[in-house]
Amino acid sequence: MSFLGKLSIDAIPFHEPILVFTMGAIAIGGIALFALITKYKKWGVLWTEWITSVDHKRLGIMYILLALVMLFRGFSDAIMMRSQLALATSGAPGYLPPEHYDQIFTAHGVIMIIFMAMPFMVGLMNIILPLQIGARDVAFPFLNNLSFWLTASGAILINMSLIFGEFAKTGWVAYPPLSELTFSPGVGVDYYIWALQISGLGTLLTSVNFLVTVLKMRAPGMTLMKMPIFTWTCTWANILIAASFPILTAVLTMLTLDRYLGFHFFTNDGGGNAMMYINLFWAWGHPEVYILVLPAFGIFSEIISTFTSKRLFGYTSMVYASGAISILGFIVWLHHFFTMGSSANVNAFFGMMTMVIAVPTGVKLFNWLFTIYRGRLRITVPVLWTLGFMVTFTVGGMTGVLLAIPGADYVLHNSLFLIAHFHNTIIGGAVFGYLAGFSFWFPKAMGFKLNEGWGKGAFWCWIIGFFVAFMPLYVLGFLGMTRRLNHTNNPDWNIWLYIAMVGAVIIMFGIICQVIQLYVSFRDREALDDKTGDPWNGHTLEWATSSPPQSYNFAEIPHIDDIDAWTDMKEKGQVYQTQASYEPIHMPKNTTAGVFMGITLTAFCFAMIWHIWWLAIIGLVGGIAVFIQRCYSKDVDFYVQPQEILATEKAHNLSASKGNNA
Amino acid sequence: MSTVSAQIDTKVVSHEHHDASGDTIFGFWLYLMTDCLLFASFFATYAVLFMNTAGGVSGKDIFELDFVAVETAALLISSITFGFAMIAAQGQKKGWTLNWLLITFCLGASFIAMELYEFTHLIEHGNGPQGSAFLSSFFALVGLHGLHVTAGLIWMTVMMIEVARRGLGNATVTRLSCLSLFWHFLDIVWICVFTVVYLMGAM
Amino acid sequence: MLIRNLCKIALVSAVLALSGCSGGILDPKGQIGIDEKNLIIIATVLMLLVVIPVIVMTLYFAWKYRDTQTHEIYAPKWAHSNKIEAFVWAVPILIVIILGVITWQSTHRLDPYKPIEDKGKHLTVEVVSLNWKWLFIYPQQGIATVNELVFPANVPVEYKITSESTMNSFFIPQLGSQIYSMAGMQTKLHLIANEPGTFKGISANYSGAGFSGMKFNAIATPTQADFDQWVSDVKAQGGSLTKANYDQLALASENNPVTYYGRVDKGLFHTIIMKYMAGMNGMSKMDKNKEMGNIDQLHHEMAEHSARLSNSQGEE
Repeated sequence: MSFLGKLSIDAIPFHEPILVFTMGAIAIGGIALFALITKYKKWGVLWTEWITSVDHKRLGIMYILLALVMLFRGFSDAIMMRSQLALATSGAPGYLPPEHYDQIFTAHGVIMIIFMAMPFMVGLMNIILPLQIGARDVAFPFLNNLSFWLTASGAILINMSLIFGEFAKTGWVAYPPLSELTFSPGVGVDYYIWALQISGLGTLLTSVNFLVTVLKMRAPGMTLMKMPIFTWTCTWANILIAASFPILTAVLTMLTLDRYLGFHFFTNDGGGNAMMYINLFWAWGHPEVYILVLPAFGIFSEIISTFTSKRLFGYTSMVYASGAISILGFIVWLHHFFTMGSSANVNAFFGMMTMVIAVPTGVKLFNWLFTIYRGRLRITVPVLWTLGFMVTFTVGGMTGVLLAIPGADYVLHNSLFLIAHFHNTIIGGAVFGYLAGFSFWFPKAMGFKLNEGWGKGAFWCWIIGFFVAFMPLYVLGFLGMTRRLNHTNNPDWNIWLYIAMVGAVIIMFGIICQVIQLYVSFRDREALDDKTGDPWNGHTLEWATSSPPQSYNFAEIPHIDDIDAWTDMKEKGQVYQTQASYEPIHMPKNTTAGVFMGITLTAFCFAMIWHIWWLAIIGLVGGIAVFIQRCYSKDVDFYVQPQEILATEKAHNLSASKGNNA
Repeated sequence: MSTVSAQIDTKVVSHEHHDASGDTIFGFWLYLMTDCLLFASFFATYAVLFMNTAGGVSGKDIFELDFVAVETAALLISSITFGFAMIAAQGQKKGWTLNWLLITFCLGASFIAMELYEFTHLIEHGNGPQGSAFLSSFFALVGLHGLHVTAGLIWMTVMMIEVARRGLGNATVTRLSCLSLFWHFLDIVWICVFTVVYLMGAM
Repeated sequence: MLIRNLCKIALVSAVLALSGCSGGILDPKGQIGIDEKNLIIIATVLMLLVVIPVIVMTLYFAWKYRDTQTHEIYAPKWAHSNKIEAFVWAVPILIVIILGVITWQSTHRLDPYKPIEDKGKHLTVEVVSLNWKWLFIYPQQGIATVNELVFPANVPVEYKITSESTMNSFFIPQLGSQIYSMAGMQTKLHLIANEPGTFKGISANYSGAGFSGMKFNAIATPTQADFDQWVSDVKAQGGSLTKANYDQLALASENNPVTYYGRVDKGLFHTIIMKYMAGMNGMSKMDKNKEMGNIDQLHHEMAEHSARLSNSQGEE
């Protein structure tokens, strides 16, 4: 074995013009970014106040930044797939041969779920959840920083596969025996394994962290049934993460052992059983979709009740409905493979369990409807996303129930109907939710509002693009087109493939609108400035802080008497009052340990992928050493002094009262 | 964000945290629950695959119950000795804490040594994990537990150094409590391994 | 509004397209497929009973209670009503109960393992998915084909399915259900064609680089005589498929042309399964069965394998 293991100059795909172009673009972009940061002398700030930060709000912003970057990557994959399928009709080969195309659809799935949706969700939760429960930070701030860097490590690994070697050509589920060494001898599946493994660890730590935060650090008076609904749905999602991600870790470990040490968990020979992988994978994979969508449900609930200036209808129902969805989410995994040959009893049971999930979901929809009922709905960008969600998701839910009927699934399984269905729920449910939350909480995180016009433009492009792109896929499913085809030869399909391509382009305009929106809003940030910290007349505690909040969130932890704690305080006239003096506030110090562990563990994973054993050992031992060193460091906290708090609070309360009077 | 660490007046403000030790232990307990699920997945896989011997050996052929019983005893006793270490730590008896930890460490290390012996013995006789799905799931399940115990041993070493150098402060006792939870947890997992894999396999 | 119009356009155009075009699952040519199409339609109509009101109510409420409508009732603290709560839980529960009953019945009726009754004697075809082509073995006729499946119309066909390598899914959309093919295991499927014709067959589970070319024509001949004629043609012109030949055939290849084999080694299908079955549970017992020549029972046992696994998973 050579010094660099399997890695050599041949691993860099110079023969692929598309990849060379991508590499060039990344290089130019990277150099430009580097130059800009250097020019404006921002390296110091970047390091001390962002990369090493343990502040949940800053980590949240970094998560969302990561999600947006990965959204661009994942969406580029989507556009390439759609254009390949639009070109490769009637027997034409298109421009992406299978060995490239198969990597793209695998990467698209992995990136969108693990590195776009998850960081977006975790990012919003990071920024908002501690504020909503009146906490000064999460329970374990350093772990929070570490979680972010582990997630980022996974994202970096998956992007490295563009330059070094290849990515998996197995589909995002990586079913064995296809993903075993016999049929996938390259490094692609190894990238898949390690990227998922390391980011999965980060996600798991996040869930433990936020569960402790929610259960132990709520403001006095906030009983569980007085928690804001977004906090509740995030908590359910965290429970799901804690209960399902270990299964993913386990199943990926087994696949690793098969591939690296010749074990026989899922191989064809030696008595392996690939069905075990499929069962375990979906025992994680199905809860995963609820992990993505439950927090989005929470976001919609907050937005609807805020912008109707009304209490959320059926709060208790909502909490229990979310809980029911979480628990049921664990006993439906078999509906992903009704066609495996299980007995009718088993299939029917799992089909019916799946339908039962439609009940709490339906309840939620009705509750949102009755929240609008007799309210005063302000049609803002977050509300548009919410209404768009309610329409889109209902359709997605319906097709989901259809797929849950085994008899129907026997013909719809793995077809483009399925693809349309889950994009219907994941885009229409989760992504619309995150984008709604993004515009809703943007002023809280950044201190200024987003431009409404471009936001509305983005929404209309997205929703029209969505229907134009995915309704044809339902039709194609009915026409018998299966997923993951590289080229087609059926004249009846062509028109629908072309329409779907147009839809993807419309969505692209939506994304362009969002980029312009960010630019315009940043340019006009003075005019869009959020002086009060409460731009929407909000209900919950996050709006009690300034925008962006102080590092310590609350100078004094408020006492909570109502679900809509902030509304309650406003009604009682207890807001924007500066105390005569403040207690010092105990805060965690920033730490370099998280990013260093991220670097060492990325090196470890990269070395494992390429069989560079010496680097793997250095990376792993280095990572553990940094962790131990950090655990025994005593210099981890400091106190914010009363004078400083007094000054800050005075300034904020003055600006807030002014803003309210104006 | 501006830091004011230079102005900290430690005399006025004592370093008391918001019951951080309680949070830490609760968080660690939650982590153990996730770890439990990790083991559960490996148990489930073992349960599905243990009959798939590919014409090779089965549990009956390779398990030596006497040997494993000694191994088990070592781990069970180590759990008790860790209990004594915790009692000593609560009583702020540094010397006794260290002694009990050292005994626990030795017992744990002998458990690992015996397991390694068992593994090498099996591999030498051509019954390595590459042999069949049964052997794969056996090695993975037992090995996963072994890795956990090894991690526990490393952690214990670090703790012994910490106790020796810094004494039994609040933070140290909290960490010891976490390690103790971890150690007892591994004991429980091993009882399951012993029952499901060895006892039921040898029968 | 725009959304609804778009939905309408999509729906109308879909209906137009689907009734005009042929070849999809909404244009079934076999009893199983027809039942499944009806099931899809019934379930969709049932769900639309809730889905359409929800969509209409969403847009109507959003319009009616927008903030410029100051004359509408405004009840900022109204957040609970037992009546409405009962209603919103009851309606979905009711629909799901109805769907549940339909699901239970249809799943048993359409169980792919269930032989099609009252249609006479079955034809048996053994299906093997190879990288990346389909091998069809006709044990009763002693012939085999690659990428072409021929059977008489109106005769139920029993498919015994396995895989040489990766997992695929055996699917003829116009005839109905699909079932995975997995190495070392046998799955089963029963289909029938109600009329003669040529239908497209595919693999419906991605299996690697050559997956897109894993297609075959499923030809239902008008009469049994036509089928017999085809069989004798194959026997006359096809070569023989021996164990050695098979290993050659099993090597990865893409877009294979149709190939006929006039003679097939007896028990080839069994050999293919047993290659990996050796590692499966109760191997010694199965070997005994083999010696006794009780291959049917062996097949049965293997066929139940996947179902058993899922069963035990379900009870966990």
